[in-house]
Amino acid sequence: MDTSRREWLTGAGKLFVLGFATAAGVETSGQASLNSGGYDVRKHYWAMTIDIEKCIGCGNCVRACEKENGVPEGFFRTWVERYEIKGADLEHPQVSSPDGGKHGFPPSNRADTKQFFVPKLCNHCQDSPCVQVCPVGATFDSPDGVVLVDESYCLGCRYCVQACPYGCRYIHPEKRTVDKCTLCYHRITRGLTTACCEACPTQARVLADLANPADPVHEFLRTNKVQVLKPHMATRPKVFYRGLDGAVR
Amino acid sequence: MNRKWKDAAHLIRPAVVFLAGLLIFLGLRSALVPSDFGKWGHYRAGALEEIRSKPLRYAGKETCAGCHVEQAGQWEAGKHARVACEACHGPAAAHAADFDKVKPARLDIASLCSGCHEKDAAKPSWFRQVASAEHSGGAGCEGCHQPHHPKL
Repeated sequence: MDTSRREWLTGAGKLFVLGFATAAGVETSGQASLNSGGYDVRKHYWAMTIDIEKCIGCGNCVRACEKENGVPEGFFRTWVERYEIKGADLEHPQVSSPDGGKHGFPPSNRADTKQFFVPKLCNHCQDSPCVQVCPVGATFDSPDGVVLVDESYCLGCRYCVQACPYGCRYIHPEKRTVDKCTLCYHRITRGLTTACCEACPTQARVLADLANPADPVHEFLRTNKVQVLKPHMATRPKVFYRGLDGAVR
Repeated sequence: MNRKWKDAAHLIRPAVVFLAGLLIFLGLRSALVPSDFGKWGHYRAGALEEIRSKPLRYAGKETCAGCHVEQAGQWEAGKHARVACEACHGPAAAHAADFDKVKPARLDIASLCSGCHEKDAAKPSWFRQVASAEHSGGAGCEGCHQPHHPKL
């Protein structure tokens, strides 16, 4: 009895020492800096504005996103929907998005309906349901207001896919982890705009930095009537739509 | 003293076992949880740097204008001045990095123009649109319009 306890304690002691040694090794390699390459996460707070009155449904944004981010075929980080509403029937709009609107839309010249395009993407909510449900801390709000995924932590449990009220997440068919719009984090932190905004021919989409007092977004928000998607979900989205119809879900 | 501690072994032993267990837990925790986890929230702060370091595909119009000065001048003066180069020409970061090796694909102008300008009821009315079959009878757009500076 005594001997076996001694053995157990010796073994535990060895394990303990080993644990600390490994931890010391990890500490030196896992450093992240707050201000790297001239980019300070505390000085930005990213958002986007979308002007429905400017979207022509060309699908440039969907194609650009796919190329920039290697989005797998059949999945979308951003997509465009065409709404058709007959008269006052706001409850039953016809919504189509052939292949996410990637190759535009078949021309329709029906005069009896109201028609318009709605580009959609992750709303980078300030109270994100997806972040709240992630059991392992793989999905998070970055300090500069972007909802991101740590691929090395994601288990692929799909809680966040179900939690997102906007349908902006999917499981990557090869990586088997969740994937979503990063607001082109690799671009905006290098002083560029997102791929979708770069490719948008009418500036229907504009990247916005709410923390920068000189950003035109403040003028845009002050002078326009804007709306967010599903405000009743209390997710506080940061994609602001101008000219959004009440039928849009 | 001896009398006082004589029967204390049954308390000390579990205490030692408990402390050892606690130390093993703390040791394993510090080994398995990266040191930057929890720095800004319930996530690994290093993930930000990893996501930031992904490669670019779209170079941005400023990069294009850095070399293609003549075309940029034409484009800036025309109606398409707010349409970025890569909106039509496609991602060009690889071309910008090595312009001898990587050449952007030549564009099919007819499908390019109609991709935006084909008449559609869902497009906003301020946007210039034509039903291409009626407008040109299938003739190429570039016969009349110059894409960088589209005027008749």
